[in-house]
Amino acid sequence: MLLIACPWCGARPELEFSYAGEAHIARPADPASVNHAEWTAYLHMRSNSKGSHRERWRHTHGCARFFNAIRDTTSDAILATYKPRDPPP
Amino acid sequence: MSAFRAASGGRIDRTRTLRFSFDGRDFQGYEGDTLASALLANGVHLLARSFKYHRPRGVLAAGADEPSALVTIIRDDARRTPNLRATQIDIYDGLRAESQNHYPSLGFDLGAVNDVLSPLFPAGFYYKTFKWPTWAWRRVYEPLIRAAAGLGRAPSLPDPDCYAQRYAHCDVLVVGAGPAGLAAAVATAKSGARVILCDEQAEMGGSLLSETTATIDGKPAQNWLDATLAALTQNPRVTLLPRTTAFGCYPHNMVGLAQRLTDHLAAPDPTQARERLWQVRPRELVLATGALERPLVFPGNDRPGIMLAGAARTYLQRYGVLPGRRAVVVTAHDDAYRAAHELRDAGITVAALVDIRNGTGAIGDTVTAGNARMNDNANGLRIIRGATIAATGGRKRVTWIKLGDGTIIPCDLVLMSGGFTPSVHLFSQARGRLRFDADCQAFLPGAPHPQVRSAGACAGVFGLAAALADGAHTDRFAVDAPPSGKGGMLGAMAGTGGKAFVDFQNDVTAKDIALAVREGFRSIEHIKRYTTTGMATDQGKTANLNALGIAADALAMAPEQVGLTTFRPPYTPVTFGSFAGTSRGMLFDPVRQTPLHDRAVALGAVFEDVGQWRRALYIPHAGETMHGAVARECHAVRNAAGMFDGSTLGKIQVVGPDAGEFLDRMYVNALQKLPVGRCRYGILLREDGFVLDDGIIGRLAADRFHVTTTTGGAARVLGMMEDYLQTEWSDLDVWLTSVTEQWAVISVQGPRARQLLAPLIQDIDLALPHMALAEGHISDVPTRLFRVSFTGELGFEVNVPSGAAGEVWDAIAASGATPYGTEAMHVLRAEKGYIIAGQDADGTATPDDLGLVWAIGKTKRDFVGKRSLTLPALAAAGRKQLVGLLTDDPRTVLQNGTQIVDDPKQSVPMRVLGHVTSSYTSATLGRSIAMALLENGRARMDQHLFAPMADRAIGVRVVSPVFYDPQGARLHG
Repeated sequence: MLLIACPWCGARPELEFSYAGEAHIARPADPASVNHAEWTAYLHMRSNSKGSHRERWRHTHGCARFFNAIRDTTSDAILATYKPRDPPP
Repeated sequence: MSAFRAASGGRIDRTRTLRFSFDGRDFQGYEGDTLASALLANGVHLLARSFKYHRPRGVLAAGADEPSALVTIIRDDARRTPNLRATQIDIYDGLRAESQNHYPSLGFDLGAVNDVLSPLFPAGFYYKTFKWPTWAWRRVYEPLIRAAAGLGRAPSLPDPDCYAQRYAHCDVLVVGAGPAGLAAAVATAKSGARVILCDEQAEMGGSLLSETTATIDGKPAQNWLDATLAALTQNPRVTLLPRTTAFGCYPHNMVGLAQRLTDHLAAPDPTQARERLWQVRPRELVLATGALERPLVFPGNDRPGIMLAGAARTYLQRYGVLPGRRAVVVTAHDDAYRAAHELRDAGITVAALVDIRNGTGAIGDTVTAGNARMNDNANGLRIIRGATIAATGGRKRVTWIKLGDGTIIPCDLVLMSGGFTPSVHLFSQARGRLRFDADCQAFLPGAPHPQVRSAGACAGVFGLAAALADGAHTDRFAVDAPPSGKGGMLGAMAGTGGKAFVDFQNDVTAKDIALAVREGFRSIEHIKRYTTTGMATDQGKTANLNALGIAADALAMAPEQVGLTTFRPPYTPVTFGSFAGTSRGMLFDPVRQTPLHDRAVALGAVFEDVGQWRRALYIPHAGETMHGAVARECHAVRNAAGMFDGSTLGKIQVVGPDAGEFLDRMYVNALQKLPVGRCRYGILLREDGFVLDDGIIGRLAADRFHVTTTTGGAARVLGMMEDYLQTEWSDLDVWLTSVTEQWAVISVQGPRARQLLAPLIQDIDLALPHMALAEGHISDVPTRLFRVSFTGELGFEVNVPSGAAGEVWDAIAASGATPYGTEAMHVLRAEKGYIIAGQDADGTATPDDLGLVWAIGKTKRDFVGKRSLTLPALAAAGRKQLVGLLTDDPRTVLQNGTQIVDDPKQSVPMRVLGHVTSSYTSATLGRSIAMALLENGRARMDQHLFAPMADRAIGVRVVSPVFYDPQGARLHG
């Protein structure tokens, strides 16, 4: 079980959290103005990176807030966690 | 005293005699004995039959590495535990043990014919046979294989014991209370750290428990052990956990411990937990798990009476047991010299010490330290160098051993040692990197791990002095102990013929592994699976390195090139009870009951599970069938009034100055302009344009909405709303609160609904139009009253605080409404063509597919999923659309999921046009009805299609999904 540091609540066991997919995928500000390829890329294309991966978690059974984490997908080590609108470290 | 018990010595309590039985025979042992040591003390070596060949097997080891001596322990019919290692069972007064895997008895086992027929069962034989003829698989092969599979028999009754679970945090968790682990615990405890020290054995001390000659700081080793344990016990910051196996290492330094609390007791208190599962997260994990001795691979190395040299020493020194009278020691490692020496001192004849090394060269050089010492003391000890073993004899106990030159030596005990394999299981599970160490002939922890430290023999640091120093990170111990070196061998002895076992538990021989390589297997992972070496409960503790050595030889590669198979948890088996803990029966999954549950129970409702909710399916009168009850309930709603517990609906309160704007962005509907006191049927899409959920959105005030969701979608919808609010539109000032549990919902539906409610309602004008809401009181209870309908009738949803739901229910019931359940609710909504999100909308349907385009706010710039609706695939012709189906025979009820085709005579696979999503018998319409998602469905009105079944094709006609009151006249009544 991973030990995840919620930026608001501190380190808590994984079972308090839900995974929420890759981070920093912003919804286009005006969806009507992007073409089909850009929109479907926003919907479906993800980096699936091996190694350092920026991803979203939600402290569902704690403060219920979303935040971002950088996790090494090969070792599961969580290198950093940060608030949604903060820049990645 | 038993015949094979030494006159003195050992850590057993000779004042406490315990009676126990094995296969119905009564024996005696002492407090402190294991089942294995007690049986050996009684001269019993035949303990088991092997898995595949049913060969007689005895005790190979003295601990968790025992592959052969597996038994069943029986307390009663429900408490029988199969496949336990006799070497790890503490005996208690009255213990009942039985051997396994034989018929009719352990001594005479018909299954042993497999041993004679063994040429028929080479590695992978089950991949090569049982193929032809095809019919024989189900009738012959599978029943035979099922009967032969496994060893012990599982109990047939539910486990009556209880199990506990616990989380713990500490600075240092030390696994293994041998010299290195104890030294590590003492050193870290001294620094003020919180320490947990666990050990799988009943007594802590590891190798010190059978150490009789060494001294530490001038004290005999066992005195040092007692003093150290006493000091640790008194330290309040140290927790000692004996009988506790660290069975697995998990990410972020979480370690699973299985603590056995009552298995060693004669009469455990059934209200106390039998085991406790610990999940420990230490800052630092110190592994002091020691090393396991490797067997030598020579023909007939598996007979009862053949055991590891270190195990024989343990039985002698720790349990005071003489494992035989006349021993032959076969070794590729110096440590066995010490065993020979100590056995001789105890009065056992050592007929010969066969050192398979030839005494010269690199390996020979490492022998000298131990050797010189032995030769000094070993008057007349016959040492034979450079020999091989050709065979052993004896049916149920070894009686002789034959050397490569033909010399036969009579004996009743053979000790063997191929060297020691460091136990790197947990280090590897913690994703530590391993490296092959040629000196140790084993894999050792390689690169340092940030949170895991290996100390002592598991790190390749052998010998008492070195282990203590390694554990404590200091050299302050003054130790006098016999040397213990590296070295040893991997693989099979030269010139091995006959059955030379590598994996005793799975009956894998050296030949099997060589055969696998000959048949083309190269990866050690494939060789493992093909031969089954290193599998099952043993996980190759004694076998893996020898298997690797043989494979490496056959492949002409170095062991490090071949590599190791993955170490998987658990290290030794853990009971299901431990993992389940209290999550059993009613506590397995939470059961959610509505505030009106007791009313439904009192009415005699039949319940169904809807997710975690228990909902009333129908409420039968005496003697009524489900069909009859549902028809009556529907009739009541259509002709008078029914009442329904809708409390499971998800309810979200959306509050804030931007609440309208937020909901406008979330839902397809135009909600910002929704007037206060009005409701709207809301549709929520996923961003990919497909319908996710639906519900009623009511505006209580300019900045306050009451949003309902489907029962199953409540948490999902709130999570999705929070996601957008927190991450995309954090500029909006909105607060979301789940109020599902706070509001109970009583739906009152039917032409008489208004008359029934009128006398009860206070300060609300019931002339309220359809899709409106008002706040007021009902029977003096505050209510949010919605005029909405999921039945097509005039209807109200009475929301009241959960605590007052019962009295309001009773008041409405007293006015004459008929309670109805979820089945009638489904029939009524299907008659009106109302969808269930998740059933008729299955995650691949757009609003247009479902005929719901009317709900979309046409002038809205954006909402979740809007952009996707313009994607070519979602706007294309030929999509599946919601339609109604009427079967030719009104009595035929289609099955949900039934495929629909235009020509039932076409060849399979047929071209499928769609499938049935909802199907019921409608009492109102006097016939069956169905809804379906059908390709170009709306263009197919009145077409005649078919539902092909196994025995016939059911004719259906495509119609509108609204079967009843298509103009909606009743709704507005």
